[in-house]
Amino acid sequence: MSDLNKLTIKQALDGLKKGDFTSIDLTTACLAQIERLNPEINAFITVRHEAIEDAKKADESRKNGVEKPLLGIPIALKDIFMTEGIKTTATSNILKDYIPQYDASVVKNLKTAGAIIVGKTNMDAWAHGSSGENSDFGPTRNPWNTKYVPGGSSSGSAVSVASNMAFAATGTDTGGSIRLPASFNNVVGLKPTYGLVSRYGVIAMASSLDSIGHFTKTVEDSAIILNITAGRDEFDATTKNSPEDYTKDLGKDIKGLKIGSLKKYLNGADENIKKLTLDVEEKLQKLGAEIIDIDLPHSEYAIAAYYIIQPAEVSSNLARYDGIRFGEERSHFGEEAKRRIMLGTFTLSSGYYDAYYKKAMKIKTLIKQDFDKAFEKVDAIISPVSPTPPWKLGEKVNDPLKMYLSDIFTVTANLAGIPGLSIPAGFIKDNLPIGIQLLGAHFSESLLFQIGYALEKTQERRNFNI
Amino acid sequence: MKFDVKHIAKLANLTISSDEEKKFETQLEGILTYVEKLNEIDTENGQAINQITGLENVTRDDTTAPSLTQEAALSGTKNTHNGFFKVKGILDNE
Repeated sequence: MSDLNKLTIKQALDGLKKGDFTSIDLTTACLAQIERLNPEINAFITVRHEAIEDAKKADESRKNGVEKPLLGIPIALKDIFMTEGIKTTATSNILKDYIPQYDASVVKNLKTAGAIIVGKTNMDAWAHGSSGENSDFGPTRNPWNTKYVPGGSSSGSAVSVASNMAFAATGTDTGGSIRLPASFNNVVGLKPTYGLVSRYGVIAMASSLDSIGHFTKTVEDSAIILNITAGRDEFDATTKNSPEDYTKDLGKDIKGLKIGSLKKYLNGADENIKKLTLDVEEKLQKLGAEIIDIDLPHSEYAIAAYYIIQPAEVSSNLARYDGIRFGEERSHFGEEAKRRIMLGTFTLSSGYYDAYYKKAMKIKTLIKQDFDKAFEKVDAIISPVSPTPPWKLGEKVNDPLKMYLSDIFTVTANLAGIPGLSIPAGFIKDNLPIGIQLLGAHFSESLLFQIGYALEKTQERRNFNI
Repeated sequence: MKFDVKHIAKLANLTISSDEEKKFETQLEGILTYVEKLNEIDTENGQAINQITGLENVTRDDTTAPSLTQEAALSGTKNTHNGFFKVKGILDNE
C-alpha cells in the first residue's frame, strides 16, 4: 500500500486495528520519505533506522492483544527533548556528541503510549530563533517552497509533519516556536497552557515561558497527543493534574460562542494575512459564533518585555554549559546564543535588575490582566500567527531586532501563560501556507480544539504530494 | 544606552572576537533602545508575576527512588579521576 505516511494518526490507528497494514508499513513509509526529502530539506538531525525494530515489536504486541493509544505510530522529536541513548544536541555545537542518560517525561509518556521514534528534528540552536536558520547544523527549508524559511524554532518538527515524514512531532514554544512554524507549514500546532505539559528533560530556554507542545496534521490528532502528554509530573512543580479527555468536545457545534477579534492590530500585518484572518472570522460567524472586537492595550509592549525576560532566563539556563560534566566548552556557542546570553547577563547584572527584569515582570502582569479582562467578554480570541508570510532564507539573519519582531502576535500568549492553537488558514502566492491562531483562557485546550475542529471542517486539507 | 561587550562577555564567561565585539555592540544597543519603550508605562505600584497559573506550595513526597548510577552520571565527560569529574583548580597554589 502506498502513501501510508500521508494518513492522519486517527486514520493510521483505525487501519492498524483493522489489520489493513502494520506499524512496519507505516514506519517504512516515513523512513523512506525522510531518506527522499531530508538531503534537501534538512528536517532531521538524527534518523533512527532502528525504528523498524520498534515497529516490529509494536506489531507483535498488537497481535497479542495489547492496547495502547499510539501503538505503532511513527513520530519525531525536536532535538531539544532528551532521549536516553539517542544523541540530543539542541542543534548546538556545544552538545554535538551529547547522549542523554534518561528520557524527558514527555518522551517517556509517548513511548509508554506505544509511539515509534523515527528521529530527532532540526531547530534553531537552543530554540533561539523564528526561522530555523540558527541551527549549527544548517537551516531547515520550507517543503512547500524550498527558497523560503519554515519558521522556527521548531523548524524540523513542523516540516517533518507537513511533508509526511512523521505523523506527529514534539515542539517547544517560548515565544511562538510551535505556532509560527505550524503556520508556515500548513500543519496544526499546539502551545498548551504553561504547566499543562511537563518540561522535565526538555533542555531549558526561558523557564517561566517554556511550553511543551506538538505538531499534527489535524486538530483531532493534536487532542489525541495532548491526552498522552498532559498532566502532573512530580519532576516539574509547575505541572497540574489534567483528568480531561481532550477529544470530548470535538464535533460539538460552536453556535453562540463569542470570539474576540483584534481588528485594530490587523493593520500591522501583511495584506494577505489580514485578509485570510478576516476570512476565518467570517467562517466562524457562518458557524454561528459571534465575533466581538476586543482590545489588549498592553500588547504593544509584549515584545520589549519578552526580549528582557527571555534572554535573562536564557543567560541563567545556559550558564550550566561549562564543558565539565558534559558537552563542549563555552567557546562553541553560536552567535545568537552569545547575543542572548550577553543581553540577559546585562539586564540581570548589578544595578540593572529592577530597571529591566523586574520592570518586565510587572508588564507581564499587565498583559495577563488584559487577557483576563478579554476572557470575561469572549470565550476565545482569533489572531494572525505571524505578521508576515514566510520570508526567504537569509532575509533577516543580519537584523536580530527585525527577526525578533516576527514574534509580535505570539509572545503575548507566552507572557500570559495561555494556550494557543495554530491552524492552517490557506495558501498565498509562491505556494506558501499561512495559519491563524486561537487563544483561550488558562487550561481551555478543549474549547480551542472544539473551535479548531469546526473550522477545519469548513475547508479541505491540502496534503503535501511530493 | 552604552553596551560594554567586553565586560559583559567576561561576566558571562564568553570569548568574543574583536569583529564580534563591534557587531554585538551595535545590535545589543539597538535592542536596548527598543526595550526602553517599557518606560512609557508607570509600574511603580505594579506587581511582578512569578507563577502565571497561580500554583502555590507544590510539593512531592521526599522518598528515595532509583537515580543515575555513577557510571551513567560520568558518561558525558572526557575528564574523570577516580570516578569523579575532573575540573581545573580554582585556587592559586600559594
